[in-house]
Amino acid sequence: MSKSNFEVKVGLAEMLKGGVIMDVMNPEQARIAEDAGAVAVMALERIPALIREEGGISRMSDPEMIKDIQKEVSIPVMAKVRIGHFAEAQILEALEVDFIDESEVLTPADEHNHVWKHDFKVPFVCGCRDLGEALRRIGEGASMIRTKGEAGSGNIVEAVRHMRKVTSQIKELTTMGNDALMAQAKELGAPFSLVQQVAKLGKLPVPNFAAGGIATPADASLMMQLGAETVFVGSGIFMSEDPASRANAIVEAVTYYDDPDKLANISHGLKKAMDGIDIAKIPEEERLQERGW
Amino acid sequence: MKIGILALQGDVEKHSHIISDLGLESMFVRYSDELNEVDGLIIPGGESTTLTKLMNKSHFHKPIKKFAEKHPILGTCAGMIMMSKNVNHHLVSPLGIMDIDVDRNAYGRQVHSFVDKLPVRLNGDTKTIAATFIRAPKITNIGKNVEILAEFNNEPCAVKQGQHIALSFHPELNNITLFHKAAFCNKGSLKQRESSYAA
Repeated sequence: MSKSNFEVKVGLAEMLKGGVIMDVMNPEQARIAEDAGAVAVMALERIPALIREEGGISRMSDPEMIKDIQKEVSIPVMAKVRIGHFAEAQILEALEVDFIDESEVLTPADEHNHVWKHDFKVPFVCGCRDLGEALRRIGEGASMIRTKGEAGSGNIVEAVRHMRKVTSQIKELTTMGNDALMAQAKELGAPFSLVQQVAKLGKLPVPNFAAGGIATPADASLMMQLGAETVFVGSGIFMSEDPASRANAIVEAVTYYDDPDKLANISHGLKKAMDGIDIAKIPEEERLQERGW
Repeated sequence: MKIGILALQGDVEKHSHIISDLGLESMFVRYSDELNEVDGLIIPGGESTTLTKLMNKSHFHKPIKKFAEKHPILGTCAGMIMMSKNVNHHLVSPLGIMDIDVDRNAYGRQVHSFVDKLPVRLNGDTKTIAATFIRAPKITNIGKNVEILAEFNNEPCAVKQGQHIALSFHPELNNITLFHKAAFCNKGSLKQRESSYAA
């Protein structure tokens, strides 16, 4: 795989910075997302909150539904594959989706291996809970990293945990010499060359986005202040009482994330946010973030 | 020289690296009155539908047009779309700073994004650079005062009108400084700005 190909893939992730990527289940929702100023939409049959409610196996979305959404909007269209399901990824590439999310939200297809993402022309985003997981995914070819958070929970606490963890681990690396970095690479279970690169850059070598539990403009601001470069909003928009106003507000909140006066204004009159779930009430085996390694 | 980078959405950071490589100071611009503090402006790549939405909300259209009368603007990809006169999408309201018409996503979806060698003619010199096109727009029509700096497959992809430059591709992703240099380090345009301040 040529270096230039990887750069073109990371290039699209660069263009999405400072924006909001919204989960949508049909062309009507995609229309609302694009009109509100989303930088991309994630086409999926059931948003995470519904997957939680309904249970069952969650798979890649129906190609027809993805095509309908591609016809509806002009912004990039992303879609999810099950962890390790490279055949679903091949199909999404044939459909020319703009980004693939190898996602813990769907039921994993392989308990040992993730997709070897360098084989694809389409870029991938993957979730992580810590730096080791982020660097393993980048080693496999991910062009963008996001926190896992706890999808469909409407609860930001896990995304905050994951973002803070990654940030503090990166900071730690920047203080280390090569000898300590090798020991740390072993500890993290991450490729040494990437560990060295992160130590030098003081950040991930690909864009670092936030996902999992974002439900309000304040949540978006929090994640941006913690170092996220863009936010994914899954269930937070279309499980709320007034999706269009909420979508508009979160788009603006990401741009003006550090301006409390503006955020106060933006957060006005949005009607009810989605219901949230206390993470302690989700049994460990039902936590989506536990999927993948 | 302080160069503003419109930081509503997009690949703002990469442009700031190029500006510092040129030894200039950069500043992120998110409020229209911040245009008073800069001598030039970059409109980066991103999504033009998103940029339009945020520019409308923060009332950027008139101030940028006014800024463009005296100061150079460089637009890449979505930035070029915003600088154009006409765009083929109803959700995008371009600024009309340059006399060009543009089609969005004209090279196709992301799997058709690419890097290729591109000869560029600038100030009498021809230089070949690596140009990265990402879901890139195409220039479909140009006015008579617009100079073509580069073509890809016989279609213009880098253009200059007066002190403004617009590009379909992303020099900031390949650490290419020559367009930023041409827009912001040009002695002629610097002189022009000094006299406009005096007036």
